[in-house]
Amino acid sequence: MTDHAPAMPRAVRVWESQLAVYRRVWKSNVLGAFVQPLVFMLGMGLGVGALVDEGPDSTAILGGVTYFAFFAPALLATTAMFIAVQSSLWETLDQFMWGNQYRAMVSTPLTPHDVADGAALWHATRVGIAVTGVAVVLQFFTDTRTIAVVPAMGAGILTGLAFALPITAYTATRQDDHSFVLVIRLGMIPMFLFSGAFYPISQLPAWFQPIARLTPLYHGVELCRGLVLGSLDAGQAAIDLAYLLLFVVAGWLACRATFTRRLQP
Amino acid sequence: MPTVSAPVIVARDLCKRFGEFVAVDHIDFDVEAGESFGFLGPNGAGKTSTMRMIGCVSPATAGTLAIFGFDPATDGPRIRARIGVVPQSDQLDAELTVLENLVVYGRFFDIPRAECRRRAAELLEFVQLAERKDDRVEPLSGGMKRRLTIARSLINEPHLLLLDEPTTGLDPQARHVLWDRLYRLKQRGVTLVLTTHYMDEAEQLCDRLVVMDRGRIVAEGSPRALIEQHSTREVLELRFEVGRNEGREGDLVGIGDRTETLPDRVLLYVDDGESALAEVHRRGHDPVGSLIRRSSLEDVFLRLTGRSLVD
Repeated sequence: MTDHAPAMPRAVRVWESQLAVYRRVWKSNVLGAFVQPLVFMLGMGLGVGALVDEGPDSTAILGGVTYFAFFAPALLATTAMFIAVQSSLWETLDQFMWGNQYRAMVSTPLTPHDVADGAALWHATRVGIAVTGVAVVLQFFTDTRTIAVVPAMGAGILTGLAFALPITAYTATRQDDHSFVLVIRLGMIPMFLFSGAFYPISQLPAWFQPIARLTPLYHGVELCRGLVLGSLDAGQAAIDLAYLLLFVVAGWLACRATFTRRLQP
Repeated sequence: MPTVSAPVIVARDLCKRFGEFVAVDHIDFDVEAGESFGFLGPNGAGKTSTMRMIGCVSPATAGTLAIFGFDPATDGPRIRARIGVVPQSDQLDAELTVLENLVVYGRFFDIPRAECRRRAAELLEFVQLAERKDDRVEPLSGGMKRRLTIARSLINEPHLLLLDEPTTGLDPQARHVLWDRLYRLKQRGVTLVLTTHYMDEAEQLCDRLVVMDRGRIVAEGSPRALIEQHSTREVLELRFEVGRNEGREGDLVGIGDRTETLPDRVLLYVDDGESALAEVHRRGHDPVGSLIRRSSLEDVFLRLTGRSLVD
């Protein structure tokens, strides 16, 4: 009988089962991971970029770079956020309620903690695939072609988890998906627009800037951009990193707690 | 390690509360190895809550529970490694094929992939789904999904199989196929614990059962012993014209051990149905319909709780 210690952390088994389902949809999903950032970079870079770069002070405001170089690396963080949210709202609730996969898992040797950890691993994988797509597309353009994109991918994945884990903990407390649209409309979309992805937050009114700094997305964008453009300030980077890690660790602990309450009532 | 002859499950003073609501109220029971044990009761009696505690997915609020001699609170994963669970609603992965469902589930027990495939092939034969192994789960019928769920619950070669209302919602033919498979498992020595609110299911499958009502155990024994103890050999069912079933008890006193008036019929608990019916006619009653049948667990339940099993 299987009384001995498992060959691998049990959370890996949860991850494996998610992969088994993903294998059915991976083609369209991976294709999207490349096409979407490409379309975005071409559209924004050609259109808005041409407009902005002609402005008198634009280069100074953007820190000495073109508009394309300014906004394109931020897509590592914003893409990570959106994929994380997709993975941690409906796709997670489905496994609690409609598909019931999580409930089936905890009737095996897996514990709610294993399931929470496995969900976290899976979010990291989903975000990783999307961030890789952005990173590859960044290499098509001279402004953003750099080996430093590799650590920037890490920053992107961390940004994704800073959203995925707290939201997953929240999803584990839900009996329906009514609030999910609000999470996106009142949380993600404003963050997407006001966290310094498309313009420096110094352009915002002075009273609003501290609010922008409170969002994890701001810190993710700063890290990704700083790494790709080589303009990173070590002290600021440490703060960004610590801030994201705070969300990741707090979210992870919250997941373990809410999964236990949900799956072992 | 526990000895082989020790009971598989020992529960003492077991309680489960959700806030103010008492789902399971101080129950005691033992389940012996190789036995087929049932929890019979209406919806809300506490059967599922008890099953979830045995399955180590719901901690007991009070009392003690030991499964294979282990404590679910501290040894949940170790206990769950040896039990199979067939939940009330199928929890199959609709995105995956029949075979994939078994293999993915087997991996949760840390069973090597090749071994999962080998066992899956065998189990699909056992539940008569071998030719559907590469089909997606979704188009399968309710009975097939149930059988697949049973196959899945056996992937870890469990010593104890928990079945929560295994045939609810299935048509009679699918139920008989399922009962046959469960009977074969029992013959292989698997301990079966099931809940049901079907009397015929309990009579078919259970060596011993407890009747639950409002979180408590109100009777325990083999189906036959329970019927002998709490009911008579036969039951005479009388049907009178609409609205005329009530108020007859007085006239029928003494014909049987007791009478029970339901909205649509009057039940007389008797040892000999034929002579009882003759006596009913002799007293001048003229029922529009009558039926003599053997006592069932339904009668036991009615006697013990004053209510029908299926509302």
